[in-house]
Amino acid sequence: MYLFCCCRLFLHNLLDKLLNVKQASDLPPVQKSRHRIDPDAIPSPIQVIEDDKAKCNEPFTTGVRGQAPPLVTTNFQVKDQGNASPRFIRCTAYNMPCTADMAKQSQVPLAAVIKPLATLPPDETPPYLVDHGETGPIRCNRCKAYMCPYMQFIEGGRRFQCGFCSCVTEVPPHYFQHLDHTGKRVDCYDRPELSLGSYEFLATVDYCKNNKLPQPPAFIFLIDVSYNAVKSGMVSIVCQELKTLLDYLPRENPDMDSVVRVGFVTYNKVLHFYNVKGSLAQPQMLVVSDVSDMFVPLLDGFLVNVNDSRLVIESLLDQIPEMFADTRETETVFGPVIQAGLEALKAADCAGKLFVFHTSLPIAEAPGKLKNREDKKLIGTDKEKSLFQPQASFYNSLAKDCVAQGCCVDLFLFPNQYVDVATLGVVPVSTGGSVYKYTYFQAQSDQERFLNDLRRDIQKPVGFDAVMRVRTSTGIRATDFFGSFFMSNTTDVELAGLDCDKAITVEFKHDDKLSEETGALMQCAVLYTSCSGQRRLRIHNMAVNCCSQLADLYRNCETDTIINFFSKYAFRGILNNPTKAVRDTLVNQCAQILACYRKNCASPSSAGQLILPECMKLLPVYLNCVLKSDVLLPGADVSLDDRAYLRQLISCMDVAETHVFFYPRLLPLTKLESGSLPVAVRDSEERLSKGGVYLLETGLHLFLWVGASAQQELLLNIFGTQSFSQIDPATTSLPVLENPFSQRLREIIESFRAQRSRYMKLMVVKQEDRAELIFRHFLVEDKSASGGASYVDFLCHMHKEIRQLLS
Amino acid sequence: MATYQEFIQQNEDRDGVRFSWNLWPSSRLEATRLVVPVSCLFTPLKERPDLPPVQYEPVLCSRANCKAVLNPLCQVDFRAKIWACNFCFQRNPFPPSYAGISEVNQPAELMPQFSTIEYIVQRGPPAPLIFLYVVDTCLEEEDLQALKESLQMSLSLLPPNALVGLITFGRMVQVHELSCEGIAKSYVFRGTKELSSKQIQEMLGLTKPAAPGQQGRPMAPQDAAPSCRFLQPVHRVDMNLTDLLGELQRDPWPVPQGKRPLRSTGVALSVAVGLLEGTFPNTGARVMLFIGGPPTQGPGMVVGDELKTPIRSWHDIQKDNARHLKKATKYYEALANRSAVNGHSIDIYACALDQTGLLEMKCLSNLTGGHIVMGDSFNTSLFKQTFQRVFSKDFNGDFRMAFGGVLEVKTSRELKVCGAIGPCVSLNSKGSCVSENEMGTGGTNQWKVCSLNPSTTLGIYFEVVNQHNAPVPQGGRGAIQFVTQYQHSNTQRRIRVTTIARNWADAQSQIQHIESSFDQEAAAVLMARLGVFRAESEEGPDVLRWLDRQLIRLFMFHLRRSPFLQVFNNSPDESSYYRHHFVRQDLTQSLIMIQPILYSYSFYGPPEPVLLDSSSILPDRILLMDTFFQLVIYHGETIAQWRKAGYQEMAEYENFKQLLQAPLDDAQEILQTRFPMPRYIDTEHGGSQARFLLSKVNPSQTHNNLYAWGQETGAPILTDDVSLQVFMDHLKKLAVSSST
Repeated sequence: MYLFCCCRLFLHNLLDKLLNVKQASDLPPVQKSRHRIDPDAIPSPIQVIEDDKAKCNEPFTTGVRGQAPPLVTTNFQVKDQGNASPRFIRCTAYNMPCTADMAKQSQVPLAAVIKPLATLPPDETPPYLVDHGETGPIRCNRCKAYMCPYMQFIEGGRRFQCGFCSCVTEVPPHYFQHLDHTGKRVDCYDRPELSLGSYEFLATVDYCKNNKLPQPPAFIFLIDVSYNAVKSGMVSIVCQELKTLLDYLPRENPDMDSVVRVGFVTYNKVLHFYNVKGSLAQPQMLVVSDVSDMFVPLLDGFLVNVNDSRLVIESLLDQIPEMFADTRETETVFGPVIQAGLEALKAADCAGKLFVFHTSLPIAEAPGKLKNREDKKLIGTDKEKSLFQPQASFYNSLAKDCVAQGCCVDLFLFPNQYVDVATLGVVPVSTGGSVYKYTYFQAQSDQERFLNDLRRDIQKPVGFDAVMRVRTSTGIRATDFFGSFFMSNTTDVELAGLDCDKAITVEFKHDDKLSEETGALMQCAVLYTSCSGQRRLRIHNMAVNCCSQLADLYRNCETDTIINFFSKYAFRGILNNPTKAVRDTLVNQCAQILACYRKNCASPSSAGQLILPECMKLLPVYLNCVLKSDVLLPGADVSLDDRAYLRQLISCMDVAETHVFFYPRLLPLTKLESGSLPVAVRDSEERLSKGGVYLLETGLHLFLWVGASAQQELLLNIFGTQSFSQIDPATTSLPVLENPFSQRLREIIESFRAQRSRYMKLMVVKQEDRAELIFRHFLVEDKSASGGASYVDFLCHMHKEIRQLLS
Repeated sequence: MATYQEFIQQNEDRDGVRFSWNLWPSSRLEATRLVVPVSCLFTPLKERPDLPPVQYEPVLCSRANCKAVLNPLCQVDFRAKIWACNFCFQRNPFPPSYAGISEVNQPAELMPQFSTIEYIVQRGPPAPLIFLYVVDTCLEEEDLQALKESLQMSLSLLPPNALVGLITFGRMVQVHELSCEGIAKSYVFRGTKELSSKQIQEMLGLTKPAAPGQQGRPMAPQDAAPSCRFLQPVHRVDMNLTDLLGELQRDPWPVPQGKRPLRSTGVALSVAVGLLEGTFPNTGARVMLFIGGPPTQGPGMVVGDELKTPIRSWHDIQKDNARHLKKATKYYEALANRSAVNGHSIDIYACALDQTGLLEMKCLSNLTGGHIVMGDSFNTSLFKQTFQRVFSKDFNGDFRMAFGGVLEVKTSRELKVCGAIGPCVSLNSKGSCVSENEMGTGGTNQWKVCSLNPSTTLGIYFEVVNQHNAPVPQGGRGAIQFVTQYQHSNTQRRIRVTTIARNWADAQSQIQHIESSFDQEAAAVLMARLGVFRAESEEGPDVLRWLDRQLIRLFMFHLRRSPFLQVFNNSPDESSYYRHHFVRQDLTQSLIMIQPILYSYSFYGPPEPVLLDSSSILPDRILLMDTFFQLVIYHGETIAQWRKAGYQEMAEYENFKQLLQAPLDDAQEILQTRFPMPRYIDTEHGGSQARFLLSKVNPSQTHNNLYAWGQETGAPILTDDVSLQVFMDHLKKLAVSSST
């Protein structure tokens, strides 16, 4: 328990002065604040991260209700003792207010970030698979919650009372077990569903579409072969890589061959389907030019088992680049491409995933044809929101059809100009797929990033045709969902595909009172088809405390999760509201949260004092990062496509990813020790030493910043040259040098890449080089070129807002 | 003077023409009284081994609306180097190249023996022949295999420079690209969607979008390339196509129990027509459609895919119960007309036990001069040999097929053209010699015949327009010129010109002469063609009544009973098939179709033709019946017993062996030449297949007329049909009572 629950900053005098000066002078205010407030005196993210790391010495056990887990930046082991691991679920507050009034007063968002299929580190056990037999999993009669540790067995074990809705249900005879003297079932620890927070049930035929056990899923590769695609080298790279990748299709048992079937389509203005039936000597191409009314021209031989058709597939992949090498077709279609994949899955009666490799705005005459609507004049106006909305409703209804079939779409984009990501991304985002974007793709420099992404995307564990439902204790209700999915009603989150990297943020609202005694329970159940074609239910249970004191609420919050929620909330908000209004809402809510704390929890002190709750002392700095992100405050060089891309990308990020995305990790590389990372420094130019080399990581980008007067030894160790001028800024990989420093640095880079779901290309940035502008963009504590406030300025601004609220 | 019979024969041999009357009644009134119109059967490309073509352009009459070709009937002034057109009397100077002519140095076209002459002319670059196979893949495995083999074999029969293409269809339609190496490529069309020609060409990538600023520039050579992807010279894609055909699979889409396979014949044909239309308009091309069942989906569907609904019968059609009939017929007619406009012909090879929709599709072949072949299976010699015979060659080694024919008929002013009946479409050329009165395809004096062979014969009908009060001077002659332009199978453009003349005769004073000039056979066939033409467009019984009113002759008995007019016992497809062949074969073949030929083989003498009568069926005879479509060898009761006993194996019964062999040899001879190959039936007394014979013979003895019953004079036929005797009796009564 901490005695200090707040961080007091004695800023009032300064601020008062500042405000006076502001009124009295025309000088820009920022300049003044910079030199008057000591940056070391304001809350430091690095300090918080390091403190948390230092505190965490033993495995985190999930058995204690309402205990906040270590931060996402801390390495720790989890022991499942009845609640889901923080790797699956993280909450904004582990001590929820009992009443709606309290929640409203505090303005602290009540939300959980759920990553149902998250991969666990090798030292943690993946969820057990439970089979309840022919009758299926045992559930509460009323609210249909699945058997979990919160079910209370009564009457000697003949019945159980639901922890969520308190309804009493008969225990079926085959599940009956005696209770011990504490009222627990004797077999409690033999059954994962009674003792663990996360586990899986084997679903019965009742849980399947059309009451039929599902077919194994299929992967369909749809490759753009228009002029740009061929010329950039994308086509040959994809074809070459697929030959090996097909051996790594997802499977549950690593010793068995994957049951996932594959199919191939290429397209420009028309679609080419391929018959790769194993009995053929050569693949056959079937051209469908009737793009207005898409259909699948063949049944047999389109979706095949890799092993049965290996030679034919290899021959096909060898020939595709040759066949289109001389193409002069520049126009492409897009809608019919997805329709084709969807129809193929329909014809095969299975779920699956489409991998679409696409280059350009689809302007050829076809359903889903788009026009170039990039209009930078709209930025900053009330019409800006229209740029984020899809320009044709066609893709929304197509997405709906895809979801109904369990057809997940992953889109790899290789644009040379505007392609309207906002519209093209609709189907991937609604089907639980991903969008990857490689602007100005060049085989030589971008191949590595693309191939690593592709490899990971194909191999990663994935479920299909999924439905997620979050059940909660009476008194609270899941009201809003953020992520890549589709909803046809208010409770079921439908995911045509769900992979291990996708997180869903769920917001809760009170509809009644909660009790401190029982706390608040939530159960997230995901029904999905595994990659081997098995129908399963993954259950994650989470219990948090409830409090009637605001102080308890503020003591058990997690800022990183709040930021995850805020960013998703804001990024969705800009679809319907002016960006400025969204930004103001965020600042307001944040000010209210902090003002409420100040008013109700902090000891009385001077109004000029900024008092922040210990758990939220980083809220201002992180919030500032959200506000000045490219999506909410674009710089002049940020394209609409980039903003739409980031907007969609954030929507399915988990807490760790949003954290590093908004507050990049900046490591000084003067001294490297094996086994541990150097302590990071704050994202500010002031922290960079001319004589140092720094590594910056955002989850999407990786920079190696080299100071102009970096030590020669350092340069020699890293680049193999002593001269700063000889470092090639175009290099994307470090030379393999036989010195411990180089080895360790490369190790670190590899470990960073391994942590993230997308491969980060390394950019070497030399101080005072032109590329430094891009790098500076990620120094988020500084004032940004697009007008984003520095940390200090924003903190002052926040303080002002809070004071206004209090007065 | 030779007899008329010799005259007729000579004219037929030289000009391919048989007139109903060889003296023409000189006034309209008299002509009308004669009932049978002045008309002729004309075989435009009759084989003339003795007629070498000349290598220059024909000389035309300079009058713009005449343009008759210089011919032996023209008056020539050799000194003034002027000739007078015998149709419009325009005086024309000879072209400069004829400067050297004189009475002793005449060009061929002026010599009387060249009343038919053929010119080879230069018109643009020679266009290759095109063969586009359109293949149904909804076949039984065995059938498909046989068809594949036939198609592969046919590649070796095509001229090496001919272009060949392949479209396959089942539930979908696939247009195969033949040029590519490695991957076999095809364009796929949905079988249910009607597409315009433009759409089809766009989808096949045949149209280059008109790039702005490029208009008016000459076509770059590669612009012509796209079409070649689908149509390639045989010699280049021979191997490739053989492999492609070899790999053809049955339509892979599952056919549920109780359903017909989904067969998109309509779309496949529209794609074929659209492809040719876009790439090779006005070039000789054959679309060869191979089907093993009726179209069951999309435009042109003939029957749904539910097996429980049977395909329409005559009964359904009469009851107006044929749901798809009108729509499908209209669809195929539109396709046929489009195809005909571009000079492309469509063949239909339909092999199935049930009907395949020939009734609806017949127009495809009838309007474009294509073949229709009907069989039970592709795995029969009937199909295989017939198909081979499509590619038969003449004495010069050229294919017996010609393309893109245009037949123009010019008449002297006392005559007008009423119409033509045959595998042709009207070109709507309304010259002065076109009659208001239409018979067959009328209102024009030009017809397009997209595909011709040496036996293609058209019936052409004329009207005498000379008024009674303006008689033709004694000894006046009427003339008719047939100008046939066509693409020869060796890709040359040729023009064949036949000019004939007949004397006018005054019917009142010279009725005997006119009577003796009557060509009974030609008249019968020509009238029968009129009958069939009407039957195609009108209801059956009315046509019979019309025929009865029109003409009373012996042939009519058999014609009335023939499948051309009677639909009883024939499916709509069969009727269409029989009629199709009837309106295009030459006179001899047509006569066989109307009245089958029956030969008798016995120990009592050499083989002899016998009456097509049940009395001819005797136990000690072998009969050979040729109905054109069937060839029946029937062994009488005794002969059959001997044969069963194996007498022919014994040395001492060598003569019996020879007797058995004789009809087989004769049948073989017919089988060798006939197109399409007839169904060959070898049967005997009491055999189930004897029905083919029994249904054709005149039932002079039936179970009803007891005087013949039980006597050894023939075989009684169990039928309620009237016999010739009864028919004649009735006829006589009618003739007397209604004569005026």
